[in-house]
Amino acid sequence: MTRRSLRWLLPVAALPVLALLAYGFRVNHRDIPSPLVDRPAAPFVLTSYAGEPMSLEAHRGRVVVVNFWASWCVPACYDEAPVLERNWRAYRERGVMVLGVDIQDTPEAARKFIDQFSLTFPNALDPTGKVSIDYGVYGVPETFFIDARGRIRAKHVGAVTDAIFRREVDRLLAERG
Amino acid sequence: MTRLLLLVFLVVAVPARAQPPATNVEDPRLYEVASQLRCVVCQNLSVADSPSEMAQQMRAIVRERLAAGDSPEQVVQYFVDKYGEWILLAPRRQGFNWLVWSAPLVAVAIGLVVFAVCVRRWTGRRRARVTAAPAAAIDPAMRERIRRELELEGDR
Repeated sequence: MTRRSLRWLLPVAALPVLALLAYGFRVNHRDIPSPLVDRPAAPFVLTSYAGEPMSLEAHRGRVVVVNFWASWCVPACYDEAPVLERNWRAYRERGVMVLGVDIQDTPEAARKFIDQFSLTFPNALDPTGKVSIDYGVYGVPETFFIDARGRIRAKHVGAVTDAIFRREVDRLLAERG
Repeated sequence: MTRLLLLVFLVVAVPARAQPPATNVEDPRLYEVASQLRCVVCQNLSVADSPSEMAQQMRAIVRERLAAGDSPEQVVQYFVDKYGEWILLAPRRQGFNWLVWSAPLVAVAIGLVVFAVCVRRWTGRRRARVTAAPAAAIDPAMRERIRRELELEGDR
């Protein structure tokens, strides 16, 4: 090996490392593909803050939006709460259900959150974390769009916007016919 | 400079050995499962090591499933089904993942080869200089004079 070839070898050896770094910095590390998309949504039964049973099975045949949130999730959950309420009111007559699952929270703080945004769709605490783990939740907010046959069709990480809500729900409503 | 860089590369290439965390005495199988799982709300902490509420809940589910008769492998698979292989702190040794497992070994092997070649080159050059130097230092005129002086010495 000559000195000249060695002089080239070091920068060339650094190239794959730089390429890997360039790739890594461009990828959103929160954007982890969920293996649950296009798989049946895990059933659950929780007790809502209104004291009623809140189950997924009860809404089979409707398009269901399951939103995982927490009162300490600032600001994303506060940004999307009015969006969810607004769209729930707009779509409820068309066979769409919105279910809020509150995770790692205290009932007092959660009730304050629900009152603050005057949420009218059912919300329930997931006391053991079982439901959030069944849905592969790793942070809040996360939102799952479930079709009329009970399959998870899309997952959104971060605050839901009007555009995202409408796009996903309209698609699933159109499929149902 | 090149030598220094090489040395730095070699030192950096040796993987740092992480301190093994204290084992959970409660149930070794709980620890076996939890230590393989990534705490989803943490930065590079296992479910066994994290004090977060999420990790506590995940440990509770592991405990529950083991108590219900699941094997540690089945419990790990339950989490993989929900979160994908991302939940595993170490990728499984199969398919494309072999690249990840073999890359450090390949890098160390390449480093050793480069190091060996360089060492040979550096020591080889010095040896060549030591043997070649005296012969080149004496010019023909001087050599001729030494020869004559030695002849005179012998005649005496």
